[in-house]
This record gives sequence, C-alpha cells and structure tokens, in this order.
Amino acid sequence: MRVSVNDEAREVAPGTTLAQFIAGMKLGGLRVAVERNFNIVPREQYDATTLEEGDRIEVVTFVGGG
Amino acid sequence: MSDTLKIGKHEFKSRLIVGTGKYATFPLMAEALDASGADVVTVAVRRVNLTDRSKESLLDFIDRKRYTLLPNTAGCYSADDAIRAARLGREVGFSDLVKLEVLGDEQTLLPDPVETLKATEVLVKEGFTVWTYTSDDPIMAKRLESAGAAAVMPAGAPIGSGQGILNRNNILIILETLKCPVIVDAGVGTASDVAVAMEMGCEGVLLNTGIAGAEDPVKMARAMKLAVEAGRLAWQAGRIPKKLYAKASSPAEGVIAPKRL
Repeated sequence: MRVSVNDEAREVAPGTTLAQFIAGMKLGGLRVAVERNFNIVPREQYDATTLEEGDRIEVVTFVGGG
Repeated sequence: MSDTLKIGKHEFKSRLIVGTGKYATFPLMAEALDASGADVVTVAVRRVNLTDRSKESLLDFIDRKRYTLLPNTAGCYSADDAIRAARLGREVGFSDLVKLEVLGDEQTLLPDPVETLKATEVLVKEGFTVWTYTSDDPIMAKRLESAGAAAVMPAGAPIGSGQGILNRNNILIILETLKCPVIVDAGVGTASDVAVAMEMGCEGVLLNTGIAGAEDPVKMARAMKLAVEAGRLAWQAGRIPKKLYAKASSPAEGVIAPKRL
C-alpha cells in the first residue's frame, strides 16, 4: 500500500507500524517529530500506530535558523 | 546581584540570543556560538532530508547542556502554519519555548500582524512560552503583550538587512508601554547597533545574520557579546543628558591665563 512521507510516495507492507517505518528511514540518532495526517504522534505511540493506505507522514527535525 | 534575563518561567545569564543559520560549516557555527556567550540559540523546524542521510546534523554541534534551544516558526505565512511548526518544534525539542514568526511578505519578511496575534493567542493557551517577533509598532507590541506573549521582539530593521535600529522612537515607546521583556530581533548589523538597543533599555538582542554573515563570524560574535554587556551596563549606569552647549570637565578656578572680559 502507498503512503507519503514529506510529500514523497512510499510503498509499505500492510500492517507496518510507524516505529518500523521510522526505523527504515535510517535516521540514526536524529531527533525528529512525526505527524500523521497533520496530527503529531508522540514517540511513545510509534509502536502502537499502524500505517494505513494514503497516510500522510511528515518527519521534521531542527536545522540552522534565526 | 545577578542580572539575568527572565522570560516567563525561564532564566538566562546572557542577554544575547543568536541564530544558527547561514554558517558556512557547523564547526564554524559552534565556534561562533561559543564566542557569543549566548545561552539561548534559535533553530528552525524543517523536513528531514529523505534522500541524503549522510549529512551531519545541526544538533551534533550544539551542546544541549550548555544551550537552550529556541525553535522558531520561520518561513510560516499564516497563523495555522506557525502553530503547526511550533507544536512540531516542541515535539522535537521537548521545550515549551517558541520564537513565533509569522511573515506577511517574502521580499520584506515583515511580520503579518493579524496572523501573528492569532497565533500568539493560541500558543499561549497551549502553554507555550511565546517570544513573538513583530514590527516596531507600539500598538501591536501592546496587543501581543496583552495576548500573553512572554517576550515581545520588535525588529530593529528588516530581517538580514543589517540596518540597525531604524526607528528608535518606536522602540522607546514600546519600552515605556510594555512590562514584559522587549528584545530587539532582526536588522542588527554590527556591535554598535546592539549597544544602542541595550542602552535604550531593551532586555536583550536576538540576531543571526550580523554574526553569521560577517567576514569573521567568531570575532563578530565576541564583539556582539561585549556590545550587549557594554550597552546593558551603560543603561544601568544612567547616561548623562544630551546638551546643546559644552560643559568643562576641568575646574574654572585657578586658570593661569587672564580672564576674558
């Protein structure tokens, strides 16, 4: 099934959890925040969150800024 | 004894807040942050680069024990977008601090006052300690304070313009009217601009380009640090009034030259 992450389409297996999906992004120790369909998903809920067809995921972090 | 900067329930030693953008390299940024003496540094919230994960991360170069991160909402042009960015920033950084910036126009980067006020009201209700970037309009500054902004941050001049404080009168009126901390944010070009803001009684100065864009950012960071301290001391010391005519520093009595008639 298809989901989008930061507006890029991705194919994921049905039943994939958000935790598995994030782990697959190989972020290392990068601190991120995750939105699913415009709602923030707290870290402790990644495991319990199962992706669904058409989900819009946003993964953001801190970059240099003023 | 200690002259700290108090913003909401937070307290900081340095009155200089610096940005982390526009540096040629992260190590150079780290060195400039160190030289600036800042306790609070601003960061932006952006999408993770999915295709290239090889790049170093900003946070690897910022000692979280030493610096407090102030996530901004830069690049947002509506209250809704800014509120969303603020919530994401809180989730990344585990902090209630946010530098609220809602812009109205890409060329001037001047704030949109209506959207800024809306976003301030919402974020204050959600428990954020809101540092609101605004223009130097005294009425708007008052409205933001009434909405619960923890700090009101008028621009000295447009972002990145390096023009210094263009309308001292407006900043003075804001300082006279508001009880919450007033921090000059943006437009600062060099150390004297910082000193001017502090001598007027501002609680602090926030800047990024003035340091990051200097030929020697580390040296400029130190200059800005000293300017904040010098300006603060001068404000506390109480300057002499400006007068039209001279007043001699040496005694008028006992002068060896004959008196002029």
